[in-house]
Amino acid sequence: MKLFDLRGGVHPEGRKDLSVGRHIRVLPLPEKLFVPLQQHIGAPAVPVVNIGDHVLKGQLIATAQGAVSSSIHAPTSGTIVALGDHVAPHPSGLPVPTITLESDGADKWIATQTVDDPFALTPEDIAARVGAAGIVGLGGATFPAALKLNLSRNSGVLTLIINGGECEPYLTCDDRIMRERAAEIIEGIRLIALAVAAQEVLVGIEDNKPEAIAAMQAAAQGSVVKVVTMPSMYPMGSEKQIIQVLTGKEIPAGGRPADIGVLVHNVATAFAVQQAIRYGRPLLSRIVTVSGGAIKTPCNVETLVGTPVRELIAFADGYAQAATRLVLGGPMMGQEFTDTNVPVVKGTSGVLALTAAEVGQAEASPCIRCATCVRACPVGLLPLEMAAHIRVSDLSGAVDLGLKDCIACGSCSYVCPAHIPLVHYFNYAKGDLAAQERSKLKQEATKKLADARNERMARIERERAEAAAKRKAAKEARERAAKEAAEKAASETV
Amino acid sequence: MNIAHSPHAHAPVSIGKVMATVLLALTPATLFGFWLYGWPAVNLWAVSLIAAIVGEAFVLRLQNRKVRTVIMDGSGILTAWLLALSLPPYAPWWIAVLGSLFAVIIGKQVFGGLGQNVFNPAMAARVMLLISFPLEMTTWVAPAQAPGLLESLRITFLSQPIDGMASASLLGHVKTEFTRGIGLDQALTGYYAPMDMLWGSRAGSLGETAAVLLLIGGLFLIARRIITWHAPFAMLLGVAVPALLFNAIDANHYAGPMVHVLSGGLMLGAFFIITDPVTSPNTALGQFIFGLSCGLLTWIIRTWGGYPEGVAFAVLLMNAVTPIIDQYVKPRIYGRDRKGVALPAKKGT
Ligand code: SF4
Ligand code: SF4
Repeated sequence: MKLFDLRGGVHPEGRKDLSVGRHIRVLPLPEKLFVPLQQHIGAPAVPVVNIGDHVLKGQLIATAQGAVSSSIHAPTSGTIVALGDHVAPHPSGLPVPTITLESDGADKWIATQTVDDPFALTPEDIAARVGAAGIVGLGGATFPAALKLNLSRNSGVLTLIINGGECEPYLTCDDRIMRERAAEIIEGIRLIALAVAAQEVLVGIEDNKPEAIAAMQAAAQGSVVKVVTMPSMYPMGSEKQIIQVLTGKEIPAGGRPADIGVLVHNVATAFAVQQAIRYGRPLLSRIVTVSGGAIKTPCNVETLVGTPVRELIAFADGYAQAATRLVLGGPMMGQEFTDTNVPVVKGTSGVLALTAAEVGQAEASPCIRCATCVRACPVGLLPLEMAAHIRVSDLSGAVDLGLKDCIACGSCSYVCPAHIPLVHYFNYAKGDLAAQERSKLKQEATKKLADARNERMARIERERAEAAAKRKAAKEARERAAKEAAEKAASETV
Repeated sequence: MNIAHSPHAHAPVSIGKVMATVLLALTPATLFGFWLYGWPAVNLWAVSLIAAIVGEAFVLRLQNRKVRTVIMDGSGILTAWLLALSLPPYAPWWIAVLGSLFAVIIGKQVFGGLGQNVFNPAMAARVMLLISFPLEMTTWVAPAQAPGLLESLRITFLSQPIDGMASASLLGHVKTEFTRGIGLDQALTGYYAPMDMLWGSRAGSLGETAAVLLLIGGLFLIARRIITWHAPFAMLLGVAVPALLFNAIDANHYAGPMVHVLSGGLMLGAFFIITDPVTSPNTALGQFIFGLSCGLLTWIIRTWGGYPEGVAFAVLLMNAVTPIIDQYVKPRIYGRDRKGVALPAKKGT
């Protein structure tokens, strides 16, 4: 298949060999699970259980609320012991509302409903089941999957793209799941294709995963699914970039893939969809890569949502040497964490313990305008210029240069010889921008309220005046009548 | 709590490494210059570097800035090195000192340090010297008469000219002959030996004459992705194309492309001066325009200007234009057209 060119991008050292050789293993049942109510983009789920309740594996414990949200299910059977705040993989590092579940060790499922011929289901039914299973994008975006299916079905999908890029260094969870569960993934892909009536189905896999490509190709034999080998490059697995490489189309600025008739899902999401539709199993676990130079035995672990990451690190035989930095996700876009009690959530693709040499941190020096960042940016931005504007708090200048188009991939920071934390500037500025917009909205809302109040006061005033005028008129009328009557009486007496 | 931000990995690069690679790429041409012109060239080079380091350290001290980190980034050394290569090899020591101090202090630190300067510091210094000390800056020697160490110290530090060694650079010679009404065919006789030009066995600046070695150094930098081909090749084109055209029209009046490309500071300029990141545009297209303009200006100055060599002037002129090029030449942003308007949403294939 003809591939299209991509601008920019970088080639970070893969380090995938650390963990790619080992089969996926299942983590032993943890004693306690900490399940945050928000593991997805959108509104947090609302608990439907109380402290002391006994729940079965797969039972709904928190339900989606609002238009964009996702349900959450009990990862194992046991007792709800707490509803409250717990540390979470959140950028703020602040605790978030969490359901704590104490495992009873039985790991007993609720009654699940298997479907013998899932391809007989209607598209609406598939989307509804995906929604009920609490499936979110497992590639890291964690957007509720059912919502994406419905949006795409309504706007029409020409091309369904399944992302097996996994361009982040270290991560091999998608590679392993493709090697070991290709048949299930392909069935999941076909179900998604059915749900959105896709005309073309492409699975993009980077050429550094030959085994995964072979397994997927074998499983896809005779189906509509086409497996495409893509060059290895970061950020090939980013939604905008994989669309560009496979279709040559670009998502319009500020738009969605649906605008150009494309839907993108991740391979692990396709697996979750298959499990949910065929076996009625909600999303309770995911494959997590545990790796990094500081980990003794890097591996891929099938982990229940809510498992504290320290259990994963222990499962990988602990540290081989002191870790300088702990990261959730990949090194390019992942998040640092310090408390190993943070739980694995639906979007956790990796747990990395990196050494100082791997992190390669150095003090930032002045920009030498070498434009290496310009060459690396896959979006076509001028990172050095945006950073210069942000440094002097000129946010609107940075926006004019395309700040809102930045996908925060970190390619620019990665290659900058001056070690300037460019993407950090951009994320920070985007946060500021969002805050500004929120406060503007709030101001507008306040103004609206004030206007409404003034309006109400004016109306009351008006009504009062009108009533007074009416009263006065009535009084005058009465007086006039009385006067007239008196005059009449007087004249009659005359 | 101070959470580190992504990415949690970094390419194995630093400014120090970039500068070191450039210095490495300059080394063959420099060593050749030493071999060609002997000890005076070594002295001059050493004096330039020392003056730059001491001068920059002094200014940094005055500003209470970290001396070590700035010196160790190597940019001041590179500037002085480039300046030294562009000096006449037998120039007196104070030319090197003045030039180096001017380059790192006025050319760089006054603007706010590395990354802030508008003009290429080495070229700014060269032009300053050329205007202030035209005699010292245009006293060339023919190679292959390398003096001994003691003699060389006299040349560099006591400014004692050596009789019978003075020579003229090719471009200077052509210009002088023109003013005397002598045509190119005659002027070049005995002066222009293509092979010597290629290897650099000719009168000229300390490190500018070895065209092939400079080209190799430049290609090395391109291979190491320190620079891209756009600016250098555009500059060579900018000189070669008009030279070819005019030479075809009147060969007796206009030197051909080979003479132009191989002489003066063009090779050094194309691969090491106009690729200076700080003072050149940010985009590939911008760099191409920049290089092409530098080349054209160089050819115009050489051909019709008052000075025989135009690289330094051309570079400074174009440095001033760089912000304008950057303003107008920007990459197209993903999902937008060239004007920055969002692409239309369309479902068709
Ligand atoms: S890569 Fe770094 S030093 Fe180079 S231009 Fe970009 S921000 Fe400046
Ligand atoms: S983080 Fe933003 S500016 Fe930097 S390379 Fe990625 S898209 Fe470009």
